[in-house]
Amino acid sequence: MQTHQYDVMIVGAGGAGMRAALESSVRTRTAVISKLYPTRSHTGAAQGGMCAALANVEEDNWEWHTFDTVKGGDYLVDQDAAEIMAKEAIDAVLDLEKMGLPFNRTPEGRIDQRRFGGHTRNHGEAAVRRSCYAADRTGHMILQTLYQQCVKNDVAFFNEFYVLDLLVDHDLAAGDPGEDVNVLGVVAYELATGEIHVFRAKSVVFASGGAGRMFKTTSNAHTLTGDGIAVAYRRGLPIEDMEFFQFHPTGLAGLGILLSEAARGEGGILRNADGERFMERYAPTIKDLAPRDIVARSMANEVREGRGCGPHKDYVHLDLTHLEPAHIDAKLPDITEFARTYLGVEPYTQPVPVYPTAHYLMGGIPTNVDGEVLRNNTDVVKGLYAAGECACVSVHGSNRLGTNSLLDINVFGRRAGIAAASYAVGADWIELDDDDDPAAAVVAQLDAIRSREDGERPGELRRALAETMDANAQVFRTEDSLTQALADVRELAARYREVCVQDKSQAFNTDLLEAVELGFMLDLAEVVVLGSLLRKESRGGHFREDYPKRDDDGFMRHTMAYRRPLSDDGSVGDATGPFAVSSAADDHRVVIGSKPVTQTRYQPMERKY
Amino acid sequence: MSATTQSPGKAAEVPSFDVTVKIMRSVPSDVPSAGYGEPVPAPTSRWDTFTLTMHGSDRVLDALHKIKWEFDGTVTFRRSCAHGVCGSDAMRINGRNRLACKTLLKDLNLRKPITIEPIKGLPVIKDLVVDMEPFFDSYREVQPFLIVSGVEPTKERLQSATERALFDDTTKCILCACCTTSCPVFWVDGQYFGPSAIVNAHRWIFDSRDEGAAERLEILNDREGVWRCRTTFNCTDACPRGIEVTKAISEVKRAILTRTH
Ligand SMILES: Cc1cc2nc3c(=O)[nH]c(=O)nc-3n(C[C@H](O)[C@H](O)[C@H](O)COP(=O)(O)OP(=O)(O)OC[C@H]3O[C@@H](n4cnc5c(N)ncnc54)[C@H](O)[C@@H]3O)c2cc1C
Ligand code: SF4
Ligand code: SF4
Ligand code: FES
Repeated sequence: MQTHQYDVMIVGAGGAGMRAALESSVRTRTAVISKLYPTRSHTGAAQGGMCAALANVEEDNWEWHTFDTVKGGDYLVDQDAAEIMAKEAIDAVLDLEKMGLPFNRTPEGRIDQRRFGGHTRNHGEAAVRRSCYAADRTGHMILQTLYQQCVKNDVAFFNEFYVLDLLVDHDLAAGDPGEDVNVLGVVAYELATGEIHVFRAKSVVFASGGAGRMFKTTSNAHTLTGDGIAVAYRRGLPIEDMEFFQFHPTGLAGLGILLSEAARGEGGILRNADGERFMERYAPTIKDLAPRDIVARSMANEVREGRGCGPHKDYVHLDLTHLEPAHIDAKLPDITEFARTYLGVEPYTQPVPVYPTAHYLMGGIPTNVDGEVLRNNTDVVKGLYAAGECACVSVHGSNRLGTNSLLDINVFGRRAGIAAASYAVGADWIELDDDDDPAAAVVAQLDAIRSREDGERPGELRRALAETMDANAQVFRTEDSLTQALADVRELAARYREVCVQDKSQAFNTDLLEAVELGFMLDLAEVVVLGSLLRKESRGGHFREDYPKRDDDGFMRHTMAYRRPLSDDGSVGDATGPFAVSSAADDHRVVIGSKPVTQTRYQPMERKY
Repeated sequence: MSATTQSPGKAAEVPSFDVTVKIMRSVPSDVPSAGYGEPVPAPTSRWDTFTLTMHGSDRVLDALHKIKWEFDGTVTFRRSCAHGVCGSDAMRINGRNRLACKTLLKDLNLRKPITIEPIKGLPVIKDLVVDMEPFFDSYREVQPFLIVSGVEPTKERLQSATERALFDDTTKCILCACCTTSCPVFWVDGQYFGPSAIVNAHRWIFDSRDEGAAERLEILNDREGVWRCRTTFNCTDACPRGIEVTKAISEVKRAILTRTH
């Protein structure tokens, strides 16, 4: 075991992690731990753009952007955070340009902007050109640009190190309450050697990305398994709004690979088997550019009512054939290549088969606007921060607008990096308890999996998890389907305790790490399903067929889920009404409460487009 | 070792076919090595063969996953995005460098076994996993970041669409190493910067906003720089992003020759 010491440790080298690192590393001693080489992070897969009211091509302002974000999120957005994001968006884009990001340009040489779902002028009048972009490779350019700046600034990286535990001085999941809870560091596993490393730190920033791999059809990388969220949750910290998962309308049918909304922003049209532009019926004003939850449900509905395309009538068409090939090549080169490579479809002349794909986790580790992690509705964990897809500020509420995540990672990555560094500069080191081996829990967990000679393989369990989540907790959810999903997830979690890997070696043992990742996903899936069960309403990405209306009286609150020992009495602060759930699994209890939504300017209205 | 399987259910809907996959296995000694990835002694390499039933548009990565998840969990490779944008899974497939996630099985000759080996010229850590540090070292050496002087503008720097087009192609690089590890010069001389690093230098040398071209051209004028390239086009053929790598290298060579100082 090796021990290291840094003032600030950042977990994750995607957009959020590296944006934080750029701020923190110029202020104090900082290192980044990432299970992937930084440039492999999934931020690089983002395509369409990053919104900011630059008003380079038409009138726009940050207040309209704030409104769209709030409305897009079906009013579950914390409006103070959304306002900060929309205001700071402008500098966030300009900062990236100044770091050298090759944005597409207007004829005047300024940053070009295009339309994107849910972004409108003057509170919904018409679609507005707000998304700054670099062809359909905006995320790639952001990831490369941030990494380039990290190279320039000599940021320290520990690549292919997996963070598997968070060190805190009070383990709330074990029932050890503290007046103050302080961060002590993280425990990580070095993939190349199998060695355990303890990283002591005054501040830790989680920027470990999403968890889409718990679903079968997903646009997310194989490595997006919710590690950071699960690690925090296992140490008793709450996780917020996990039932809100975004299903992106246009995944390549059967594969889930994403075709950016930019395809529709540039003029693409969704059609059913009759060739009908069906979005005209569901969202008469902005049609194909309605927010994702609405478009995804409309598509699924077309298929359910028998108007799907293809031999099994199980997808719809994304039609780009009326666009000029030169325009497609200039604005959408990558995604049209995906259609050619993976489906053998030529988008110049043929419509592309698409169907919703699990895309983005709106929920995550709850934070305030400085990225500080909450341990209940009011108190923070001292020295702990989170940003990016693993965090929930909550600027996305129950449905994220396209382009607002690349924005989120830049704005809140920056804020978390600054806050983590300034906290570390002022804080004293907290001694570890001498008798405690900080890595004991991780070592025991890994040894148990590795040394088990006989048992089920993780591959089978992972497939079963993804299948039940797709079948029972996807675009349409009901009491019955969710009850089934909960039973399945818990049964799989029980079987997981006997999981066994074939690779017993130390060096580059991905068999072992995949098993660990599966454990993270099982823990999170339970919370996703429990949250979906208790939320007897439909809002944003969460649609209950048995409760198809939004219910502001009952549910205009954030869900907060805590992992507690079985012996816990099951009460958490602010557990009121339908949120007061305490659900016992066989070795732990999930206790759920709620948190009020921050509303400033905008009163909830019906969401019509 | 070999195994056969039928995936239930699907076979009726999607055309399925059998493939034989031969994977080069390099097994490290189990003692954790101090450094990152000691080269694996060649004698420990061996070929393992698997026979699988695959479907429709399955990719080589799907075959590798099937092997790892259903037959042999010790088979080791890197991967993440699964659609050709992260650069994790460069490997030598039937003797050519490709991304496993972007190579459809049906596009390969299925009458013969598909061979999969690690990319060449970097130390093997385990099976298809190589030590990428030397590759990233070369990348970092060409100063792959914006170099500017003077005061920052308050708004964006202006750049015309024509100026941007000069380096558009080389911004697409995902640092997968397909090009560098298909370069015969690199195989013989690991000190050569390699095409990928030159591509990433090109990306800045031709960016109208950047002021560091002279420095970078000097770096690439080095003994291990662009002049080692013998224009064999292996790199261009290998690039999964369709970057005209050799063209970029030629443009850099020309820029060195036409320097004003
Ligand atoms: C296909 C696709 C297209 C998208 N397009 C857009 C778009 O056009 N606009 C937009 O705004 N948003 C888009 N999004 C969403 C957006 O890209 C992501 O939400 C965002 O990039 C997430 O960034 P991140 O930094 O939080 O996480 P990531 O970029 O996913 O990075 C996570 C990091 O955490 C590390 N990590 C994870 N677990 C561990 C661990 N246990 N130990 C150590 N390190 C760990 C990983 O190595 C990685 O470096 C898209 C998403 C997808 C999937
Ligand atoms: S063209 Fe040059 S860099 Fe490319 S493979 Fe040939 S020798 Fe190597
Ligand atoms: S130039 Fe092409 S082959 Fe070479 S590293 Fe970049 S993307 Fe890979
Ligand atoms: S897995 Fe990302 S490029 Fe193949």
